[in-house]
Amino acid sequence: MSSLNMNVDPKRPTLRKNRFSLASFEGWLYVLPSFILFIIFLFYPMVRTVYLSFFYTDTQGKPLSFAGWENFTTLLSSTSFLTSAKATFLFVLYTVPVGVILALALALLANQKLKGIGFFRTIFSSTMGMSVAASSVIWMFIYNPSIGIANKILNVFGFADMHFLLDPNTALLSVAIATIWMNTGFTFLILLGGLQNIDSQLYESARIAGVSSSYSFRKITLPMLSPTLFFVLTVTMINSFQSFGQIDILTKGGPIDSTNVIVYSIYKDAFINYNIGSASAQAVLLFLCVFILTVIQFKLGERKVHYQ
Amino acid sequence: MTIGKKILLYLVLILSGFIMFFPIVYAFMISFMQGGEVLQGKLIPENFTLTNYLNAFEKVPLLRYLINSLVVSTVIMLGQLLLCSLAAFAFVFTKFKGKNLLFMLFISTMMIPWEATMVPNFQTIQSLGWLNSFPGLTIPFFAMAFGTFLLRQQFKTIPIELYEASQVSGVSRFKFFLTVVLPISKTSLITLGIYCFLTAWNMYLWPLLVTNDEKVRTVQIGLKQMQTQEIASEWGVVMAGVMLVILPTLLLIFVGQKRLQEGLTRGAIK
Repeated sequence: MSSLNMNVDPKRPTLRKNRFSLASFEGWLYVLPSFILFIIFLFYPMVRTVYLSFFYTDTQGKPLSFAGWENFTTLLSSTSFLTSAKATFLFVLYTVPVGVILALALALLANQKLKGIGFFRTIFSSTMGMSVAASSVIWMFIYNPSIGIANKILNVFGFADMHFLLDPNTALLSVAIATIWMNTGFTFLILLGGLQNIDSQLYESARIAGVSSSYSFRKITLPMLSPTLFFVLTVTMINSFQSFGQIDILTKGGPIDSTNVIVYSIYKDAFINYNIGSASAQAVLLFLCVFILTVIQFKLGERKVHYQ
Repeated sequence: MTIGKKILLYLVLILSGFIMFFPIVYAFMISFMQGGEVLQGKLIPENFTLTNYLNAFEKVPLLRYLINSLVVSTVIMLGQLLLCSLAAFAFVFTKFKGKNLLFMLFISTMMIPWEATMVPNFQTIQSLGWLNSFPGLTIPFFAMAFGTFLLRQQFKTIPIELYEASQVSGVSRFKFFLTVVLPISKTSLITLGIYCFLTAWNMYLWPLLVTNDEKVRTVQIGLKQMQTQEIASEWGVVMAGVMLVILPTLLLIFVGQKRLQEGLTRGAIK
């Protein structure tokens, strides 16, 4: 195991070698509380979920008999799971690109040196302080077909009333719009931080060289911001896969399962239908999606995103 | 920058600020409206009375829920700060067998979506007898990889000479941690603390699973309960509840926005 003992940071002078196992023991002691909790509440339940996904279970989640791939094959051939998978991917597709572009536009706006810009930065980041429950209740009212403002705005522009959350064709899109709004604060804040970390001398030299602002955006801002942008893209995508609260409050997965995204589907199978085997199989698939996304993030962002 | 461009920028800023903030203002306005006004679809209430707010406290035990949320969020925040700073300290200032392996383990926790583990976690909490209890709501969240990395970045900026000097003068490691490392890192700890509190205050799925008792129910679940019970006519009361729930976190954002932005960016990209 000693071959794994690299230095924390090669540039940094090394600590004096501890020859006493006591000191080594002390190091472990500091990490132990986190380590134990990770084992109990993250690694063990993940392994257990994988285990349960291969078993038929009773309603309490006790494994009864080995099922092999049965839970998975049943899932993949059930229309309700396929609807759920489709809803999840559509939801990610609706929320991530638009959300990131919107937050980027706001961050570029708020990165201007203007008087009172701090006020706008606070306004743009305000949704970070909004809980998913509070936001969802507000959007539920906005979407109310008879008294909400969404239909009033549509009427102003000459469109007929819509039944946003009650119509299977528009429900998912409506939840997605609410979600984009909820996520903007966090995404904006990270992107603004990324923009402010770009060396201002780069822009100064570009200005002296007389290049256009769109050219300096493409040649300075985007490349310099790309690690942040990449991080934000992955995090929003993972968050999007994990959406639950807005679905629970706004649509309960309906109408006709059109908003039954994966986490809501797991929740329903596990805690309402008591089908733990199926819920576990879905959880394993969710894990695989997030796992792959994170690995891509680590691999591609390796040069810029250092954890060592 | 020309005057014309400046004016244009301000216009775009004001417009986008208005759109972003509109849902919150909208909820604020409705929280003062009586049933009739809400049904007429008005935008501004006739008069600003606190009736809905008083009703919100009467109809559901909102005060109880607010206190519960405050307790849960504060405990989670303190627990996370403690465990993250201890772990980060070990990663920076101590050497021990398996340190790098352990570090990989911390990184790998970020690949496991918490939702994928909720069924066994629920069973664990149930078998511990922690359903409807504060330990069940808080302890599972104490360990946190992101916070550990963020503090580790900060601790690495502390000059190693400081540590060696303290070693020479015979100060114990733990005392060095308490009297030097923590005070120097105050800013980072506050930033992380704000982030932890926000996240904990806004938690939804876990409290929904492990509480069904008013005594420990958090305010987010209280909000859901209000919305399902009162939906028929009392939107004003529901929105008053919404305003009360978002007030603490919104204030935190207003005060800590700049800090949060710097801190989170450092944790994300470095």
